[in-house]
Amino acid sequence: MGQGRARNEPLELALYSRDAGVQSGAASAVCFPRSADDVASAVRAATRHGIPYVARGSGTGLAGGATPLDDALVIVTTQMNRVIAIDTHDQLAMVEPGVLNLDLSRHTRPLGFHYAPDPSSQQACTIGGNVGTNAGGPHCLASGVTSAHVLEIEVVLPTGEIARLGSLAPDTPGYDLRGAFVGSEGTMGICTQVAVRLMPNPPEVRTLLLDFMSVEAAGATVSGLIAAGIVPAALEMMDAEITRAVEDFVGAGYPRDAAAVLLCEIDGLAGGVAYQVDAVRRIGYEHGARNVRVAANEAERQLLWKGRKSAFGAIARIAPDYYLHDAVVPRTKLVGVLESIYAIAREQQLTMMNVFHAGDGNLHPLIVFDGREPGVWDRVHAAGSQILRTCIDAGGVLSGEHGVGMEKRDLMPLQFSNDDLAAQGRLIDAFDPDGLANPRKVLPSGWRCGELNQRSAPVPEGTWI
Amino acid sequence: MDLTFERIAVPIIETLRGDDARVVAHGSGTHAATANPVEFGCEEIRVPSGIVRHDPADMTVTVLAGTTCRELADVLGEHGQEVPLDPADDRATIGGVLACGLSGTRRLRLGPVRDAVLEVRVVDGNATLIKGGGPVVKNVTGYDIPRLMVGSFGTLGVIVQATLRCRPKAPSQRWYRTERDPFAVRQAMFKPTSILWNGHETSVLIEGFEQDCDDEAARGNLTEAAGNGSAWIFDARSRSHRGRISVRPTDVRATMSRLAMDSSVHCVAEVGVGTIHVSSDDVEALVRARAAAVAESGWLLRESGGPLGFDGFGDGVANSGLAGRVKSAFDPHGKLAPGRMPL
Repeated sequence: MGQGRARNEPLELALYSRDAGVQSGAASAVCFPRSADDVASAVRAATRHGIPYVARGSGTGLAGGATPLDDALVIVTTQMNRVIAIDTHDQLAMVEPGVLNLDLSRHTRPLGFHYAPDPSSQQACTIGGNVGTNAGGPHCLASGVTSAHVLEIEVVLPTGEIARLGSLAPDTPGYDLRGAFVGSEGTMGICTQVAVRLMPNPPEVRTLLLDFMSVEAAGATVSGLIAAGIVPAALEMMDAEITRAVEDFVGAGYPRDAAAVLLCEIDGLAGGVAYQVDAVRRIGYEHGARNVRVAANEAERQLLWKGRKSAFGAIARIAPDYYLHDAVVPRTKLVGVLESIYAIAREQQLTMMNVFHAGDGNLHPLIVFDGREPGVWDRVHAAGSQILRTCIDAGGVLSGEHGVGMEKRDLMPLQFSNDDLAAQGRLIDAFDPDGLANPRKVLPSGWRCGELNQRSAPVPEGTWI
Repeated sequence: MDLTFERIAVPIIETLRGDDARVVAHGSGTHAATANPVEFGCEEIRVPSGIVRHDPADMTVTVLAGTTCRELADVLGEHGQEVPLDPADDRATIGGVLACGLSGTRRLRLGPVRDAVLEVRVVDGNATLIKGGGPVVKNVTGYDIPRLMVGSFGTLGVIVQATLRCRPKAPSQRWYRTERDPFAVRQAMFKPTSILWNGHETSVLIEGFEQDCDDEAARGNLTEAAGNGSAWIFDARSRSHRGRISVRPTDVRATMSRLAMDSSVHCVAEVGVGTIHVSSDDVEALVRARAAAVAESGWLLRESGGPLGFDGFGDGVANSGLAGRVKSAFDPHGKLAPGRMPL
């Protein structure tokens, strides 16, 4: 790697010691590769010296997936940010991992296409990071999360080899190693190039705001829409607290007195869109909507979405700290689980807000607090743990789009048996025999070969176990 | 009969505990000739059929692997839902379709079969019952074992149960035929469900609300209604030698030109996808078809027939070193479907 692209100044090490999650780690060095060969050199050098390494894009992840443990080498891919090719005939784009999610759609939209996964952090997060976490977003309801959009990836495997997983042809001879890699949070290697599927821009888009006097009515509307065979492009719910917070912050035109609002987007061809907009309005009123508003123009539509996407900015005005959760429950259990979540908040005397992807049952309970208050972190952690257990008990899963990282690693046994975890351990050993690729993430300790031989650094402060 | 996946797994686990066990999961046998034949003397394992749970409002369904696609379609159809697996023969079992990883002809719009799988329960070669994925429509918890199982031809585990994502059946479904250039038709349309091209004429499937279908037909300048175009592919099952070519979508035209030089080969391309279904009564045809695919940087999977010694995959599997290690992780002693994949 060229001069100046590997560094170990204290300021830089501190900067790269964590992602957007709550836990910090410690890096021994940071490097900024510009090519797959650079990444391979870094991986090989780290392996030679027995040093763990972790790949990182913009560091917007919330689960500690990119937080370096055990004085790892941080391999930052943000300088690999070229859009290599856009092919409108095959409807795909080849990009380097450091390309920002939103920049990709900015490139392709004028050509009639866009990249569908749109995490809330899409202005800052990278495609490489999206591949690592199998990122989602509001518009994944109709079109699927990252894995459904990744055709082929060039990766540096932990063995130092450069391999291509998947292909631009529809099927690849052998196992779906591409599928295994997407969402592996840097533990199976580092992606250095990605071919993603592009979707045609919908000719017609309509955004509706439905407001309700109860969370139950909003939840029943979600079920009603699904039951009627309507799959909106996006279907987001916000409860009373967050609706008010957002309205005070950006003035998106949300009703400040609503118990819950649904933001529903329908896209596609004009005739079908008109039909579905009518259906959403009817089903909303049937299930107790107080008002259903269709954005009259693009400016109004953008404003409605600005409200949803500013949710996390808005809460900064309420309290200095927040803890955002991510879990999925069956869509039919949404209302019951929300009631349990509010009960947990009352019990722990915490402010809880909910802004989430209702259409696919992906909850994002948001605990808002002041970390300086003595003992508050204990209550925040206790509430978080109770929320996740409630979701699992309702037949749900630990993470819908943020990943496991460090945050939920030790909760994995809630969802998986020892046999399940052992199988996952053997799979990751097949990719990473030396155990140096982002170690001690995803799986709790005890499920990988040779783990005892690794350095067992103390768990960093603030880790939620 | 009360059949839970745990109970079904018991005899499978027992069998796989044997040091010399060699097993192959067998469904309806509709895909039994796909890829390579298993070694002689493998014990056949049959998993029962049954819909374990269908939650219409959650749009998920859990089935035992021996359930046929027809049974599943009937149950979901009562609620206006479907899982678009679309095998050429709907007696195929869910376990078989997933293990072979063969996507249906509506892939252009509805995606590959691997994207329909939410959770799997499998018995691996270590004789343990394992779960991968989760029963909800969105999940990134843990490693993606369901996707690894899809297309693994039973070499990583015997699939016992799967949870699949359902979708509402389109209110309207229309086939059209056209002699226009299929690639131009594709570019003109928004989201066609399927564009099948046999080298002479094209069949286009449009699905959606009535109004969507009108709009799509107008975009594609489609006026002539037609019967089910998938029949071209389904009918090919009467020919003994069949294969599936996979090339980059943009290389479909060139591959079809090469295939057209062999008059004994029938071919149907999925335009926009890159799959070309080939069939012939001539035993050597698959050899020539594979050469055509390879010349365009693609490959051919044998679905049935071909000359003696004809390999199911051609040039082995991609990333064979890593694939071999993954195989060892799930089946260290090679008990599962030995011979089926070149590993």
